[in-house]
Amino acid sequence: MSNAVLNRLATLLSRTRLLAQPEQLAAYESDGLTAFRARPLAVVLPETADEVIALVRFCHQERLPFVARGSGTSLSGGSLPVAGGVVIALNRLNKILHLDPAQRIAVVEPGVVNAEVSVMAAPHGLHYAPDPSSQSICTIGGNVAFNSGGAHCLKYGMTSNHVLGLKAVLATGEIVHWGGASRENIGPDWCGLFTGNEGLFGIALEITLQLLPKAEYFHTVLAGYRTLEQAGDAVSAIVASGLLPGAIEIMDALALEAAQAAVHAEYPPGCEAVLIVELEGPREVVEVDRLRLDQIIIASQPVEARPARDAEERQTIWKGRKCAFSAVGRLSPDFIVQDGVVPRRKLGEALRRISEMSREAGLRCANVFHAGDGNLHPLILYKGREAGALDRAEELAGRILRMCVEMGGSITGEHGVGVEKRDYLSAMFNAKEIDCMKRLRAAFDPLGIANPGKMFPVTGAPALQQHGLHPLEKAGVISRE
Amino acid sequence: MSEVLHPGTLDELVDAVRSTQRLLAVGAETKPRLSSVDATKLSMEGLRGIVEYDPGEFTFTALAGTAVREIVAALAERGQYMPFDPMLLDASSTLGGVVASGLSGPGRFRFGGIRDFILGVRFVDGDGRLLRLGGKVVKNAAGFDLPKFFVGSLGRFGVLAEMTLKVFPRPSSTLTLRLDANSIEAATSILLGAAGRRWELDALEIPPGELRVALRLAGPPPALQSIASEILSQWDGQIMARDDSMALWASLGEFAWTHRDGVLAKVVLAPTQLARLHHSLRTLEDIRIHVSAGGNVAFVSLAASVFVPDLDARLRDLGLSGMTLRGIGPLWLGHRRVTQIEGAVKEALDPKNRFPSLDE
Repeated sequence: MSNAVLNRLATLLSRTRLLAQPEQLAAYESDGLTAFRARPLAVVLPETADEVIALVRFCHQERLPFVARGSGTSLSGGSLPVAGGVVIALNRLNKILHLDPAQRIAVVEPGVVNAEVSVMAAPHGLHYAPDPSSQSICTIGGNVAFNSGGAHCLKYGMTSNHVLGLKAVLATGEIVHWGGASRENIGPDWCGLFTGNEGLFGIALEITLQLLPKAEYFHTVLAGYRTLEQAGDAVSAIVASGLLPGAIEIMDALALEAAQAAVHAEYPPGCEAVLIVELEGPREVVEVDRLRLDQIIIASQPVEARPARDAEERQTIWKGRKCAFSAVGRLSPDFIVQDGVVPRRKLGEALRRISEMSREAGLRCANVFHAGDGNLHPLILYKGREAGALDRAEELAGRILRMCVEMGGSITGEHGVGVEKRDYLSAMFNAKEIDCMKRLRAAFDPLGIANPGKMFPVTGAPALQQHGLHPLEKAGVISRE
Repeated sequence: MSEVLHPGTLDELVDAVRSTQRLLAVGAETKPRLSSVDATKLSMEGLRGIVEYDPGEFTFTALAGTAVREIVAALAERGQYMPFDPMLLDASSTLGGVVASGLSGPGRFRFGGIRDFILGVRFVDGDGRLLRLGGKVVKNAAGFDLPKFFVGSLGRFGVLAEMTLKVFPRPSSTLTLRLDANSIEAATSILLGAAGRRWELDALEIPPGELRVALRLAGPPPALQSIASEILSQWDGQIMARDDSMALWASLGEFAWTHRDGVLAKVVLAPTQLARLHHSLRTLEDIRIHVSAGGNVAFVSLAASVFVPDLDARLRDLGLSGMTLRGIGPLWLGHRRVTQIEGAVKEALDPKNRFPSLDE
C-alpha cells in the first residue's frame, strides 16, 4: 500500500526530492520538542507553490495526513510528523518575491528565514519586527502557522500583527487570497484567523509582511536585584510610569549562572534576578524617556544598574539573554520549557509558586521571561536517564500551566499548543469552546489530514523516545525562547 | 421585520439568540448600512459596562454595548488609550460595533488597527452557545484566533457579547503639522516619504477638501518640537494651532465632513494606488475623500444625487474593494473575492443561519 502511494507521489516531483529511505527520514522525525519522534512515510521537498498545491491536493485525494515543516524549530512539537504521513518541507520555497521599501512591505515564500527579511529590508532603513529567539533559522511559514512572538511583543505584537496578506492552499485544496498590500481590511479578518492555525487549516504559500522603520535609537539598561520580587516591583513601576519599553525581560539566578558559564556574560554579583529594559524610538523621544526610566530604576534600589553605552554593549546584554535557554542545557542534560502567561500583577506570586512546586518535585527550575507581557519561560531541569524524572518534570510543567490558567492567563504565549500542550487546552477552554474550534478546523479540513494530532487532545499519543538538546541547539545555531 | 430585542443580561442574550430564527446584533447604528438587512434587530445597548480594567495589565474587558466614549474616558483617567483611535465617539458608537465593523481611526497608523488590539471575545454562536475564545492577557497563542476573525465580520458569524482589548500608555502630548501638496502625486510622495522615516508618526492623513497632508506626532513635547522642525525642513507647511488641529481630528473622527445624505464608504488600498483612485473618482459630482492611515484607507462620501453603481464600477476597474457604511447602496463595492471557505466557516459557527450572510 505504502509503495503504491509512494509511486503515485513520485509522479508529482522528481525522485531526488522525494525522501523515503530511513536514513533520509531520520532528520525529520523530530522538531524543537525533542521528546517526541515519529517516522513519516515520506518527506517531499517542493520548490514551487504549484508543487505544494499539487501535493496538498494529492493528500486530500488519498486521505493522507500531511505536516508542513520549515526549519523544525517548534518547541511545542508543531512540526512533529504523523507516522505514515507526508512531511512537506518548505525550505526550498525561500524566495523574497517582492520587497517594496516605499510601501514598507515584503511578499515572501514560507521557507524564507525570519532574520533574512530584516537583512533584506535593512538597506532601506526597515526591519521585520517579530523576533523569536530562533530567528536566525526559523521560517516565516512556521511563524505564521504558530503566530510566533519574541522579546518585543508588548509594543509590536506577534506575527499576526504583521501579516497583511496571504495566499494559501487549504487542506481541501482550495486556494485563497486574503488581504494584500494594504494595512487595512474590509470584511472578516481571514489573515488573523489563519495565523496561529498550527498547520491545521492549510499551508501559506505567499505571505505579505509589513515592515517598520528601524528604531533610530536605543536605551538598554541591565539592572541586578537581590530578589526576584524587587525586579518584579521594578517592572510594575515602569509599567505604571506611562513608558512603553520595546522589551522588558527578567532572568533568575539559575539562568544567570548558565549564561555566565556559556557566554561569559558578566552580571552584578550577589543578584537573584537581572532585569533588562529597552527603550527605542526617535532619538529625541528616547532621550526624554530615558531620564524617567533611569529615575525609576534608581528608585527600585538595584544592586547595580548598567546602561549600555554603545551598540556593542547592547549586543552583549542581548546575547546573554537570548542564549540563556541553550545555556541552561549546560546545567542539565535534559529540560522542558514552558511558555505560560500570567497577568503581570501576578508575576511575583507565579514565580514564588513555581519555586515552591519545583522544590516539592525535587527539580531545579530556571526562569527567563518576558516580564512586560507576563510571558513566563520556566525551564525545568531533569535527568532523562533517571527513572521517573521525566514524569516528574512533566507533572511539574502541567502544574505550572494549570496555575497560569487559574491566574487568568494562558497555557501558551508564543510557542503554540502543538503536541506538547494539547492535553491542557481543556484547562483553558470548556467542551463547547473546544467543539467550536473543532468545527472551525473541520470547515478548513473536513478530512482531518492537515497536521492531525496537534492542538486538540487525542487518544494514543506518540510514544516518548528521546530527550535533550536539538542537534542544532548543541551546535549553538539556534536557541529557545 | 421591525422587531427589536433588548437583552439586559448575558442569559437574556443567549435566550434571544436561541428563540429567534433570524437576527442581527446592533449597537448605536452609527454605520447603518452594515446592519440594514431583513432581520430581527438585537439591540446590545442594555449590555454595557466595563467588566474589568487594571491599568497595570494594559488590558480592559467590556460588554459589547458599552459606549466607546465611556471607555476612552475611563482609560484617560489612568493615562491610557486605545491607539487604534476608535471613531464616532460623539455618535455613541459601541465597542461591539467598533469590532464588528472593523473601523479604526487615523491613530491606527502607528501601532495598528482594532485587529491588532483585540485579545479575546465572548460571543454567542448560531447554536446559542455563549463561548469565550482568545484570552484576557496581552499575549496568548492558545487556540484559533477567532477574536481577530470577528473584526470586520459584521455580526454575521455570531453575536459579540464581551471583549478584551489591549491598551497602551497615552503619549503626553501631540503636535499636528499641515504639509502643502499641489497634486495627489505630491501628497502621495509625502505620505510614502514620511512613513518610512525615523519619526514614528502617530497619524498621516489627507483630510477631505484640500490637497494637504495632516501629520500628527505624539510623545513628550520637547521631542515633538525637534522632530517637527526636521519635517518642516523637508516639506513646506506649518505647525497647526492647537484649536485648529483639535477641530480637524474631531471632524475626521466623527465623519463631520461628509455629505449628510448619500453614501459613505470605506475603501482599502495601498498608498501607490492612491493617485489612480483619486483621478478615477474626482469626476464624480461633489465627491469628498478623506485618505487615512498613510494612504491605506480612503473614506469616500458621495452626494445623494450620485449614482452608487458608478463608484462600484470604478473601484472594480481599479481592482479595489470597499464597504458601504452609510447610505443606500450595495454593502460591498468594487472587487470582491468569493471563497468556498467562507461558506464552510459560516456553517461551522452558524449552522442554522440565524444571522444574515455577508452577501445580504
